[in-house]
Amino acid sequence: MPSKDQVRAEAARLKAAFVAAGATAVDPDVLQPADTLLDLYGEDIRARAYVTADPLRGEQMLRPDFTVPVVQMHVARGNGPARYTYAGEVFRRQEVAEPGRSNEYFQAGFEVFDAPDPAAAEAEVFARFAELMSPLGLRAAMGDMGLLTAVVRGLDTTAARRAALMRHIWRPKRFRALLDRYAGRRPVAASRTALLERMRKEVPAQAIAATGPVIGLRTPAEIAHRIETLQEEARTPPLAARQVALIDDLLSIRETPANALARLRDIAVDLAALDPALDRLERRLDAMRAHGVDLDRVEFEASYGRTSMEYYDGFVFGFYAPGRPHLPPVASGGRYDALTRILGRGREIPAVGGMIRPGLALELGAEIAGGATWT
Amino acid sequence: MDVTTTSAALRKTDGGLKLGVPSKGRLMEKTFDWFGARGLDIRRTGSEREYSGAVGGIEGVDLVLLSAGEIPRELEAGRIHLGVTGTDLVRERIAGWDDTVKEVAAMGFGQADLVIAVPKCWIDVDTLEDLDAAAAAFRKVHGHRLRVATKYHRLVREFLRGAGVADYQLVDSQGATEGTVKNLTAEAVADITSTGETLRANHLKVLSDGMIHRSQATLFRSLRAPWGAAERAALAEIMNRLAARV
Repeated sequence: MPSKDQVRAEAARLKAAFVAAGATAVDPDVLQPADTLLDLYGEDIRARAYVTADPLRGEQMLRPDFTVPVVQMHVARGNGPARYTYAGEVFRRQEVAEPGRSNEYFQAGFEVFDAPDPAAAEAEVFARFAELMSPLGLRAAMGDMGLLTAVVRGLDTTAARRAALMRHIWRPKRFRALLDRYAGRRPVAASRTALLERMRKEVPAQAIAATGPVIGLRTPAEIAHRIETLQEEARTPPLAARQVALIDDLLSIRETPANALARLRDIAVDLAALDPALDRLERRLDAMRAHGVDLDRVEFEASYGRTSMEYYDGFVFGFYAPGRPHLPPVASGGRYDALTRILGRGREIPAVGGMIRPGLALELGAEIAGGATWT
Repeated sequence: MDVTTTSAALRKTDGGLKLGVPSKGRLMEKTFDWFGARGLDIRRTGSEREYSGAVGGIEGVDLVLLSAGEIPRELEAGRIHLGVTGTDLVRERIAGWDDTVKEVAAMGFGQADLVIAVPKCWIDVDTLEDLDAAAAAFRKVHGHRLRVATKYHRLVREFLRGAGVADYQLVDSQGATEGTVKNLTAEAVADITSTGETLRANHLKVLSDGMIHRSQATLFRSLRAPWGAAERAALAEIMNRLAARV
């Protein structure tokens, strides 16, 4: 295992490489206000981050990553094109010990806020990471969350269904369950059928009053509104099997980027909503080739980034040690426009970036060099 | 494993297999009855105030009387070899509990269900899927996540994550959890109930798929305790008697 000094030095080396690429070095605080992170990630973050209390500043978290504080820093500085780099420790609480994962480790990262040509920015970020990772012989994978979101937006169904699917896009199991129900492949709960039946004869206010006192913040009006939504849902015809099949096709794609694009173009014949996302993917791939990236050695996985990378909403990528599935990615990143929209209070700043685990990179580098021993 | 602490604790009480049981109340009585019915008479030694005892008939078994809530921690630390406590407490308090303790026997008492309950007036909410949809709408209207009051943070979080419920937050409630909705400090609760009576009295109803965990008093074996030849022999004898009864 490399020593902490060695990891710190490697992190500094990577940061210097990003500075050479025009990035400004930033150094966000270790202690971050917990409310922002809780608001973004919900209760799950408590299982993954260290929460502590400050008598004056309230609940604080040891930074679980740099992206959120870097975006906040950028927003505070008043936007405009910029690129940043950082290197330091992040802290991850673990409920169960996971091999290869520490609760405290270094990250070195690069974040680009640049509006005019998103495809070019994505290609540049990927190419820089690919170059830095090239001595390690890693497996590169990429995907694009924008494809699935484009398909959902283009589904021929109600806005309510599209919104529900969109909300669960990062929870594959729940997304699948919703899709199956909208397609009529999974039955509606008996209690819902009974409620809808009852609502043909009664009004919600009556039925609510019959249960006894109304308690809590959620009002009868909110309950009645949800019942209307359920009634609309019950009247909506099932999603066409063909549309569901297209989503299945899309999610199963796992090939070289060129082949993936060809298959996606086939799918788009029946799903025109996909075209703009595909044009963007094509521009990105062209820009990567122009940067000298050998795309035949990259795997494109359409479902990549759906479980582990919740704030990424477009291009996503990762570099992995081949044949070592238990290890975390040595480097990973992607586009996170939605995150900047939330943290920028409605003002979206297109952003793409990624981070490297210098400790893991050093370990793998030493293995390649023939098992150099750390002193 | 913290070997030094463990062996220090053992030296202090002359070693042997340590069996941790609840130190008071009905849980203690039922535990004593349960072991007694299996030919393992348990009795306290010394005065009532002294929290120690003996397990009659078996060589090298030491009784340790502990508050039920401390037993998971003592099993986790390996300071006791066997312990009686609720499965809810073990799952809530021991991270990666199944790597740390093993269930030896479910004891058939101390039943309690950890359930999710919402106001009875929510006629549109009967399942976790309903709860999730209500949470999404609630957050839009009220500007904060739907609050679930509980003291079982880990169990509830894992359960809701598994069910794909989003837009909720847990608020800590160490007592009188059923009252939080009426007091406007939570919109829903996740609490222990045996009959559901308290929930009903507080105008709450259990979600039809809202059973998080069915708990009962259970005899656990610590995988972290030092298992020497003497402790293993004592365990084998205990297991023999338990098997004879079952």
